[in-house]
Amino acid sequence: MWQFFHKLGSPKWFFGISTRFMPWLLMSGIVLLMAGVVWGLAFAPKDYLQGNSYRIIFIHVPTAFMAQSIYIMMASAALVTLVWRMKLADVFVKAVTPVGLVLTFLALFTGAVWGKPTWGTWWIWDARLTSMLILLFLYGGVIALDRAINDEKSAARAVAVLVLVGVVNIPIIKYSVEWWNTLHQPATFKLTEKPSMPAEMWVPLLLSVLGLYLIFGWLACVRMQTEILSREQRTRWVKEFVLKGKV
Amino acid sequence: MHPIRKKRLTIVLFLLVGLSVAVGLTTYALRQNINLFYDPSQISAGEAPVDVRIRAGGMVEEGSVVRDPESLKVEFMVTDYSASVPVEYVGILPDLFAEGQGIVAMGRLNNEGRFVADQVLAKHDENYMPPEVAGALEKASQAETKSAAENAKPATY
Repeated sequence: MWQFFHKLGSPKWFFGISTRFMPWLLMSGIVLLMAGVVWGLAFAPKDYLQGNSYRIIFIHVPTAFMAQSIYIMMASAALVTLVWRMKLADVFVKAVTPVGLVLTFLALFTGAVWGKPTWGTWWIWDARLTSMLILLFLYGGVIALDRAINDEKSAARAVAVLVLVGVVNIPIIKYSVEWWNTLHQPATFKLTEKPSMPAEMWVPLLLSVLGLYLIFGWLACVRMQTEILSREQRTRWVKEFVLKGKV
Repeated sequence: MHPIRKKRLTIVLFLLVGLSVAVGLTTYALRQNINLFYDPSQISAGEAPVDVRIRAGGMVEEGSVVRDPESLKVEFMVTDYSASVPVEYVGILPDLFAEGQGIVAMGRLNNEGRFVADQVLAKHDENYMPPEVAGALEKASQAETKSAAENAKPATY
């Protein structure tokens, strides 16, 4: 088991294996996301209370879900960086932070657009919205800290500590709507119960979440490969790759 | 596992646990500030300060909305099904405002225990359903109360 774990840490091995399944990630991701979004925006029934304006949920929930999911993945990678000093874990953190930043911004933005017609306000300082804004700043802070330190190894450690400290915010985002009074409604999807919407609404929502997950996987691979090539540019395998076009 | 790695792992885990406890205690201590609004039970129990800008939230009581025909003034009761607070507001209400719906109002509590709002926001729940289903559900619950009323009749004479 440990051998496999250490093999996973080899940038060259990752480069080779990721190239093989990247097209599948992208293709299935696009198919699922398109299916989910088109179904949700055009064919799913409208809501009895909000009418058509609830349809932004098919964008809002996938982006918000991914924004938190990416942070959890980054925190796991940060743990690996700190304990096992694995280069690939740091490559992952560096590659996906901007993706998480953009998705968090989109979640906040679509939430504001949704909030205006339903709640009557673009923004309110309730616990859910505020903790999500903190997540946006955390992503920004991780990028800034990484850029601020020139030495690759010390940057990796500092970033890993910041990412791990910030992970405390994730359960706060998740449970903010249950622990405190908020304007934001509780989660529609729960792990233990049936979703509080009919199947013709939650199936497209689930499809778009899965689709976005797969597209994120593809994007993470692309960005990690770029980062690996730039970090390992002096090694022999990268020089051979540039000459021959394959590993 | 290598002893150095084990040591690093324990340090990281200690850091995380300590941090979670610290943040947990802080948010617990600040819970009244983190809560977006006071609910009607808290207000009627006198926990909410008088004549300070606060938010009150709850359900609009069925049949309690009174609109002034001359102006935009609206009066209604906000309830959490154990206590109610009268609210008055002058202005345009959000589209989702209706009896039986959740709202969050911003304003001041006056000495008579009335909440004078200057902003009313609609709060909706996590349940979504097509209009037909909502209609069918309402019909079913009406039929239920009707039959319950009919069943109750023989007992009353």
